[in-house]
Amino acid sequence: MKKYTIHLTVNGEKHTLEVYPNALLLNVIREDIGLTGTKYACGTGQCGACTVEVNGEPVLGCMTLAVAVDGAEIKTIEGLAQPDGTLDPLQEAFLDTNAVQCGFCTSGMILIGKDLLNKNPSPSESEIRNHIKGNLCRCTGYNGITRAILKCSK
Amino acid sequence: MDNTEYLRPSNLKELGQIMAGHKNRATVIAGGTNLIPQMRNGGKSPELIVDIGDIQDFSFIMEDDGFISIGAATTIAEIASSDIVSTFSPILASSARELGNPLIRNRATIGGNLANASPCADTALPLLALDAVIRILSPGDKTRNVVLNNFFHGYRFTDLGKGEIITRIIFPKPDDETTGSQIKIGLRNAAAISVASIAVMLTMEGKICRKARIAAGSVAPIPMRVSRVEQLLENQEISATLLEQCKAIMKKEISPISDIRGSAEYRSYVTAVILERNIQRALS
Repeated sequence: MKKYTIHLTVNGEKHTLEVYPNALLLNVIREDIGLTGTKYACGTGQCGACTVEVNGEPVLGCMTLAVAVDGAEIKTIEGLAQPDGTLDPLQEAFLDTNAVQCGFCTSGMILIGKDLLNKNPSPSESEIRNHIKGNLCRCTGYNGITRAILKCSK
Repeated sequence: MDNTEYLRPSNLKELGQIMAGHKNRATVIAGGTNLIPQMRNGGKSPELIVDIGDIQDFSFIMEDDGFISIGAATTIAEIASSDIVSTFSPILASSARELGNPLIRNRATIGGNLANASPCADTALPLLALDAVIRILSPGDKTRNVVLNNFFHGYRFTDLGKGEIITRIIFPKPDDETTGSQIKIGLRNAAAISVASIAVMLTMEGKICRKARIAAGSVAPIPMRVSRVEQLLENQEISATLLEQCKAIMKKEISPISDIRGSAEYRSYVTAVILERNIQRALS
């Protein structure tokens, strides 16, 4: 099968990649670029573990063809902290509220949480629960996660 | 999946050239959220993917001259948050907000939801109830309009011919006497595929129903209008007795199947329940 050349800017860094037309953005980020903070879980768009930001909007890496986002700015969980390692306030809040147990959903949860806070800086608890609907957590019962996002609500 | 090719035209001219040359082998996508799971299951291996997600002419929500037009590659998220859609077709806005989850909605498009022609296509029901028309671009730059009610021919089988693409969806702005309601029954609150869903639009003149549009999903091979129930309601005062008649006819008109999401018996029962609830909500 023919490969296609694509350009992605991931967390501010430019990448030129050769990908098959059926390559998923998720796999390209994990395997070709080597950023494994984005998780592969259900692979069918049900769980949100593969959430990444494409041109400012969160999408599912497993439901997005890499060729289809040629030229895009992508942000993954690795791009959230400051270059000196200072965590994002939402990452700190996840630690403070024990919002992480096994951690597999965490990168997606934090990105969808950031998305909500960007669009609505003071979300209520029900607005938070509504916005994280597409991201599944099988450990925490969502209470810690909701509290963490609420903590960053102004 | 051995020899898939991929093309992403950036304007209508490029698209026209591609479709003219490859109409027999093109699979059109915008967000890709229908095609990707189909490819992964091994069920579908397109020869050529034509991605229209970049064509700006296909991404808009417009209000003009009594009609609302929505470009085929407009995302469900854009529809869910559009003031025009919320103002003039709240049932389309609410069904968009219930489609998949926020992440899916950022990629999935209204044209894709219709072209995929699933019986549970969430946006098809309000659009059927709104008397929507689909504009289709055919090879050779010809356009034609199809009433949405005539667009679905059978299970995942539509009026789209080889090389044809949905370009926009158009529906008349409902007047002040017309109100609607839609209800989707799913197994969970997010990413739910509907077990049954109904959208209703009613035009009232005092207590008399002058025009009724009832659309039902996940209870037949296609998203369907339920004309016999519409006829029963039209030019009548909506009474409790009439509602019972409508529920009985509704159960006869649909042909639900049993699957992992629900039994045929449950679907039949719940469809009648949400029909009544929708009518009551539309009138309240």
